[in-house]
Amino acid sequence: MISITNALLFIVAAPFIGGLVAGIDRKITARMQGRVGPPLLQPFADVGKLFEKKQIVVTPSQHVYTLSYLVFIVASGALFFAGGDLLLVIFAFTLAHLFLVLGAYSSYSPYSFIGAERELIQIIAYEPMIILAAVGMYMVTKSFFVWEIMGSGLPIILYLPGVFLGFLMVLTIKLRKSPFDLSTSHHAHQEIVKGVTTDFSGPMLGRVEIAHWYENVFLLGFIYLFFAWNPLIAIVAIIVAYLLEILIDNTFSRGTWKFTLKSSWIIAGMMGLVNLGVLYYLSAVVPA
Amino acid sequence: MTWLSKSPWILHYDASSCNGCDIEVLACLSPLYDVERFGIINTGNPKHADVLVITGGINEQNREVVRNLYAQMPDPKVVVAVGICASSGGVFRECYNVVGGIDCVIPVDVYVPGCAARPESIIDGIVKALSILEEKKKNGTQSSPAPGSGAGGAQ
Repeated sequence: MISITNALLFIVAAPFIGGLVAGIDRKITARMQGRVGPPLLQPFADVGKLFEKKQIVVTPSQHVYTLSYLVFIVASGALFFAGGDLLLVIFAFTLAHLFLVLGAYSSYSPYSFIGAERELIQIIAYEPMIILAAVGMYMVTKSFFVWEIMGSGLPIILYLPGVFLGFLMVLTIKLRKSPFDLSTSHHAHQEIVKGVTTDFSGPMLGRVEIAHWYENVFLLGFIYLFFAWNPLIAIVAIIVAYLLEILIDNTFSRGTWKFTLKSSWIIAGMMGLVNLGVLYYLSAVVPA
Repeated sequence: MTWLSKSPWILHYDASSCNGCDIEVLACLSPLYDVERFGIINTGNPKHADVLVITGGINEQNREVVRNLYAQMPDPKVVVAVGICASSGGVFRECYNVVGGIDCVIPVDVYVPGCAARPESIIDGIVKALSILEEKKKNGTQSSPAPGSGAGGAQ
C-alpha cells in the first residue's frame, strides 16, 4: 500500500538524518586524515549560516531552478518512501538534476558552465545503472512498486549482486565523492571543482545543500531495498556501504570526465547487464 | 548568538605576498592546527565566503582584483589582513609599484602582524574577526562601497 505517513515522515526527518550523516562523514574523513575534525553538527551550522547571509542573485531564474531542484528531490524521495512506482521515482529524480543543471547554465560564470556540463556527463554516467537497478528489481519481484518490492520477502541482493555493485559505483557519483566529484564536491574546493554551485550563494546554496541531504537519504534508502527482507542486515549494509564510500573518497584523487563515463558504463555493463542476463537465462531454464 | 561564528568560510587571496604568510595560512589547515575544528573551511569561491583573508600588499595589478573579490562576497563579511605587508605594505611600502596595505582599497577589520604571521596568530585574528562578523550581523551593517571604487565596487 502507498503510505502517506512514510512520505511525510521522510519530508520531516530526512534533512535531520542527511545532515547528521554529513556530519559523521566529515568527522570520519578528518580522522582518516589525522585531524580532529569539525563538531558532529557542523553541517547544520553551515546551512544555518547560509540562511543568515544576504542573498546575491546573479539571475532571477536561479531561484526557480534551485527551488525546483529541491522540490523534485523531495518529491522523488517522498514517492520512494511512500512505496510508489520506482520508475516514476527515478524520472522525478533525474528531472530534479536537470533543474540543477539549468540553474548552473542560467548564470554567467564559466566555472558554473563547466560544472553544468560535467553534471550532465555525470547524469549520463549514472542513469543507465539506476534504471538497470529498477529493472533488476522488477525481474526479481515482478513489480516496480516499492511497497511490493519491500513486501516480497525475497533476498534481492542474492539475485542481483552485480547490479548492487554497479549501484555502489554510481553511488560514489551521486554522493559527490572522489574520484567522481566532477561537477561539484561536498568538500571545500576552488572554483572549477565547485562547478554547478559556483554562482549560488547564501540561502540559495543552503537550499541546494538541503536538497543534497534529501538526496543522500533517498539513495541510502535505495540500498535498503536490496536487503529489504531483513531490516537488520539492511541497516548494516547501508553503514558498510557509506563507510566504503568515505574510504574511497579519501584514497582516490579526482578523475577526468572520460574516466567517469567509461568506468561507470563499463561497470554498469559488466555487472548490471550480465547479472540481468544471467537472471533472464535462469528464469527461462528454471521456470518458477 | 548566530550561526555565523560557528561556520566561517574563508576566501584566501595572495595579493603580492612573498608566499611566506600563504604557507602559514595553509599550515592552519594541516592536521597540527586543523582549523576545521572551528568549522572554518577554506573555500575558493568569493560567493561562498564569509571571511576574506589577504596576504601581501596592494600593487597596481591586483587593486581591481581585490575590490572585485570583496564586492562578490555576500554580506555580512569581514576582512583579515594577514602579515605586515597586508597590514601596511611592510618593507615594500616604498616600492614604486606598491600602493600600501589592504586598507587602501577595501575596509579591513582585523590586522594580523608578523613576518611571516604565525599560524597561532592567524587563527587568533580570525577568531577576533568572528566577533566582528557577529556584530555586523546584529547591527545589519552593509558593506560600504570600497573607497574610490564608485558605486558598489567592481562588477
